[in-house]
Amino acid sequence: MRYVDEFRNTRAIQAVAAELKTLVEPGSHVKLMEVCGGHTHAIYRHGLDMLLPDEVELVHGPGCPVCVIPMGRVDDAISIAERPEVIFTSFGDMLRVPGGRRRSLLEAKARGADVRIVYSPLDALDIARSNRDREVVFFGVGFETTAPATALTLLRARRESVRNFSVFCNHVLIAPALRAILDSPDTEIDGFLGPGHVSTVIGTGEYEFICRDYRRPVVVAGFEPTDILQAVALLLAQLREGRAEVENQYGRVVREEGNPAALAALEYVFKVREDFEWRGLGPIPRSGYRIADELGEWDAEQRFEVPGARIEDPKACRCGDVLRGMAKPFECSVFGTACTPEKPLGTCMVSSEGACAAYYAYGRHRLAVA
Amino acid sequence: MSDVITLADGAGGKASRRLVEGLFLAELRNPMLEPLSDAALVSANGTRLALTTDAYVVRPLVFPGGDIGELAVNGTVNDLAVSGSTPIALTAGFVIEEGFPVDELRAITHSAARAAKAAGVAIAAGDTKVVERGAADGLYITTAGIGLLDPRVDLSPARVRPGDRVLVSGSIAEHGIAVMLARGDLHLELDVVSDTAPVNRLTAALCALGPSLRWMRDPTRGGLATTLNELVAGAGASVVLEEQAIPVREDVRAACELLGIDPLYVANEGKLVAVVAPDAADAALAALGAAAAIIGEVRADDLPLVLAQTPFGGSRIVDMLVGDPLPRIC
Repeated sequence: MRYVDEFRNTRAIQAVAAELKTLVEPGSHVKLMEVCGGHTHAIYRHGLDMLLPDEVELVHGPGCPVCVIPMGRVDDAISIAERPEVIFTSFGDMLRVPGGRRRSLLEAKARGADVRIVYSPLDALDIARSNRDREVVFFGVGFETTAPATALTLLRARRESVRNFSVFCNHVLIAPALRAILDSPDTEIDGFLGPGHVSTVIGTGEYEFICRDYRRPVVVAGFEPTDILQAVALLLAQLREGRAEVENQYGRVVREEGNPAALAALEYVFKVREDFEWRGLGPIPRSGYRIADELGEWDAEQRFEVPGARIEDPKACRCGDVLRGMAKPFECSVFGTACTPEKPLGTCMVSSEGACAAYYAYGRHRLAVA
Repeated sequence: MSDVITLADGAGGKASRRLVEGLFLAELRNPMLEPLSDAALVSANGTRLALTTDAYVVRPLVFPGGDIGELAVNGTVNDLAVSGSTPIALTAGFVIEEGFPVDELRAITHSAARAAKAAGVAIAAGDTKVVERGAADGLYITTAGIGLLDPRVDLSPARVRPGDRVLVSGSIAEHGIAVMLARGDLHLELDVVSDTAPVNRLTAALCALGPSLRWMRDPTRGGLATTLNELVAGAGASVVLEEQAIPVREDVRAACELLGIDPLYVANEGKLVAVVAPDAADAALAALGAAAAIIGEVRADDLPLVLAQTPFGGSRIVDMLVGDPLPRIC
């Protein structure tokens, strides 16, 4: 048996699912937010939402790093990519994300921009080494999960004096986004499934404010079916007992203090921006990273002029409400009509980890059953 | 559709479908093209033939388990075979980039010849074009194929009925993963080889089932998921898959998980998916051999979908992808 099989064991899953039913007051309604897009994906992939008691509703949070990049930043990326001297490198799932005029990097590539998919920022650095006559730019996106890899790549670029390499930095921080959601007046979230991967870097202490300031429980969870269901059980138990604490269900990977080496690299390479705009949520104070002045030479925003225009989220789109747990994807008037995974209008439809994209298929399914 | 062609348009998912239906079918519409199946059914002097064409642009040209020459022959043979025909002859056009090594061209042609021999078909005509350096990526091969339709079967999504069983001839996702690893971008080392192989002996065995055999396809670009989505659209019924029953090699599954790719969407080049009447399922399984499996069932549904059931009682929709994250695998 493989290690992972333990976490997909049918009997274990059914046992936790049965336990969940004993933890809810019949007829009550509990809204839990899974913060991380990886959790959303796992929930749909394994059909876990169908195993939950009717009283428990899962709300999909802002933790899909592709979804949260605002359209103006995508346009900036495209404008860098379209420069003839530039080789623009990006993770594959950013390529289809539409910018302001609903144009994407994939379309820019089709029109002649040299856009290449990489699987790691180090691959982008390799491209820079073997194309010394070109400017190689890496599209840095993601939470504290991917930011350390970008940080280490920047440090290596400096150490090896690779001067034709730079990073267009769009890394974001998870805690300020959660605070923004909790600060919004109509938020109805009873508890949080804390993100597993981000927490390997930042640790569990970052979430203490949610319990202290907002009296909501947080359980950091892994990504296997038993992980997620067990974390839901821990949240329900806390709510039942009137506790609001940070618990760590993913102890086999996540340490309370996080990863000190990665945190040190983040601290050195990045500075927190005064504010950063999130698709669907708008500007959030101190929620994004920029490259520190010591490494300014490798900052694509300093090296290239970008339009830097702020583009409003489409008015018809209710992504902000979906992200705060105030609306279900299908309650949005453009869901499945003007906004589909092929031509997304809003953030939640952009990546397969987004709430609306996940729902797009699922909602149809429910209709078919009803 | 955007006003220029993007890679997503060629990836076999929804975007490809929109291009084919919205542009090619709209311009070229005729009854033989209309079904948009792997091969067109053509009648000549009372003889029913299957006719197909394909283009191969895989990178790299040589990958673990095969090369572009073998892939081109097997892919064309398979398109004919799953249409319920016996392949008779193929053609091959070679578009060669200036500067391409003759030794490599000979080796690739040699493996095409070997594949043709193994499948029992001749490459009966060919064409050669050489283009300037930079105008092609080494070598592209285009093919056409003609086959004699088996009179015992009439294959179509429309003949699929609720209760019918869905079978696959062996473990999935090996070609796509092998090619992706061969590119070397991922820095992963695994012993996965492409499954490129002819399936015409398997399809011939299934044709002996007669009318109980409803439909067959080779799940290439876009994988099993895309092929089955095309089936349900044509059949007006859903397919419910038992996720656990779908054969996937352990290392392929691990690679997919690491890369965040669902093996259901990864290309195969030597596998066959078939729908048969329930009482013919055991005979079909026996005909396909030890690696085959019954993976699901057709269900009446107003909203046709492909669903995957997890072993612990959940289920999910297996939708068509918009585009493919893995370019040029065939």
